[in-house]
Amino acid sequence: MTQVLDRPVKAVSRATPSRRAARRRALLEWLAVHSLAVAAALFFTLPFVFVVLTSLMSDSQALSRDLIPHTWEWGNYRSVLSTPGFLTWWRNTLLYAGLGTVLSVVSSLPVAYALAKFRFRGRNLSLMLVISMMMLPPQVVVVPMYLFWAKQLDLSGTLWPLIVPMAFGDAFSIFLLRQFLMTIPDEYLDAARVDGCGELRTLLRVVVPMAKPGIAAVALFQFFYAWNDYFGPQIYASENPGAWTLSYGLESFKGAHHTDWNLTMAATVLVMAPVILVFFFAQKAFVEGVTLTGVKG
Amino acid sequence: MSTVTLASRRRRAALRTLAFMSPWLVGFAVFFAYPLLSTVYFSFMHYDGFAAPTWSGGQNWGYVFEHYPLFWPALRNTLWLVLVTVTLRVVFGLGVGLLITKVRTGTGVFRTLFYLPYLAPPVAATMAFAFLLNPGTGPVDSLLEKAGLPAPGWFSDPAWSKPALTLLALWGIGDLMVVFMAALLDVPREQYEAAELDGASRWQRFRYVTLPAISPIVMFAVVTGVIQAMQCYTQPLVAGKVASGVIQGAGVQFEPGYPDRSTLTLPQLVYNLGFQRFDYGSACVVALVLFVLSMAFTALLMRRRGGLIQAGD
Repeated sequence: MTQVLDRPVKAVSRATPSRRAARRRALLEWLAVHSLAVAAALFFTLPFVFVVLTSLMSDSQALSRDLIPHTWEWGNYRSVLSTPGFLTWWRNTLLYAGLGTVLSVVSSLPVAYALAKFRFRGRNLSLMLVISMMMLPPQVVVVPMYLFWAKQLDLSGTLWPLIVPMAFGDAFSIFLLRQFLMTIPDEYLDAARVDGCGELRTLLRVVVPMAKPGIAAVALFQFFYAWNDYFGPQIYASENPGAWTLSYGLESFKGAHHTDWNLTMAATVLVMAPVILVFFFAQKAFVEGVTLTGVKG
Repeated sequence: MSTVTLASRRRRAALRTLAFMSPWLVGFAVFFAYPLLSTVYFSFMHYDGFAAPTWSGGQNWGYVFEHYPLFWPALRNTLWLVLVTVTLRVVFGLGVGLLITKVRTGTGVFRTLFYLPYLAPPVAATMAFAFLLNPGTGPVDSLLEKAGLPAPGWFSDPAWSKPALTLLALWGIGDLMVVFMAALLDVPREQYEAAELDGASRWQRFRYVTLPAISPIVMFAVVTGVIQAMQCYTQPLVAGKVASGVIQGAGVQFEPGYPDRSTLTLPQLVYNLGFQRFDYGSACVVALVLFVLSMAFTALLMRRRGGLIQAGD
């Protein structure tokens, strides 16, 4: 991918009139493409820049139309971090995202393996049902699910109704892993089987090491799904601020600090930052996963 | 080999499949099949969460379709988002994908910059946009005014709130860009060379070489976009709350769809009916409308011919 992207502009060696025209055309095209790219880059990055700048303004300046902070108020970040609840939301988010990710990867992997590599009756039907589950808006089943967790198990106000279901295979993870496992040639599995490996051992010893990029991508998606989830915590945790996550708490932060855009934007930065940091360490896995979603199975 | 061992071997294989599939089989039954059937059941019951559910026939259905003032605006808004946002997302995503394949200098930097907004948590991104587009204090309007352009009210103006949501959606186009870029780079170069030899213009090359080659990905972008638009929940809700200045907390009521119902979507109604008005029966009616719509689009995705995800091989 990168090789193609990095291909240099065709070198023009000698400048005959027609070649000079071609070179001018190439230069113009280079200019047009790159000015468009710069314009697009501004569209994609300026919101971040303004958010960070505002997070460093004083209260009064955040309400003015000035774009650059007069004084750099780094203390805003300290105020946000010391807001009651903020660190609890961090802990809850890490718990939900961390535990949920591990559970969903561990439970989705064998299912994806079976769907990709076993031949059995009902396989196509199962795959179609997995895809249907993946497409299902969470609101479709939320009423009975809420009644189940809140009225029957009395677990509303906790994160368990969000974490426990992740131990039963997540449709999106299953689908993505299945797409990835399809690309592993059967010969490797057959070789392991000939050597006397059971299926579980084949999965753990042969498939998992080969599927690491796919597993990493799925883990990242799950982690960010939980990190970003707003609807789940709103339904199950809203009544107990001790169980709020960052995504849910962030919005209430704006309420508590009514017009303090500077503090609100500092909090926004603190919620966005981990996601973007993780991305820089795991870029490849991310892009791979995104590409996989669009690949034919 | 005797038939006995063959049969036992088959049984072993079936058990093994069952064992590997079991997490999902349990999940499917408990978190999909059972609640879906319950949703159908509750849609015919009167239930407020306290008194035992009682049979109400088609009452909830009649209420939602005829008397609940938020249903039709929400359906209209959802369809608006499906039509406008999805079209623009596909066009813009393809445009950015094309652009990035043409960029020769600093490709990695541009690609990363274009991708980053996709990662921003929806609540954080919406809060950021609510601030950026805030009339009076937001940087966007102040830049527009400096440029001598009219400054819209964005999330505070019913005429602009949906375009503002669309702008937010276009900002987070990074996933589509990557998918389109991968597809564009997969188009065989020989086809372009052949077309060029035949004297095809730039547009003709795009129309007759590129577009047919990437049409499955266009289709993919359309269908996933439609499903995303139908599930659109967090962004309009948060934008509406922030723009209206509602203070949130346990037990705080808010009228969804601020301003003037312009950002109402169907998923918000499930929350409004079920968890603000405690009318679980009517909430289930809206849930089922949402279910039927999303399954219709899923079916499109899985069509045998022209569909994207082929179950068989």
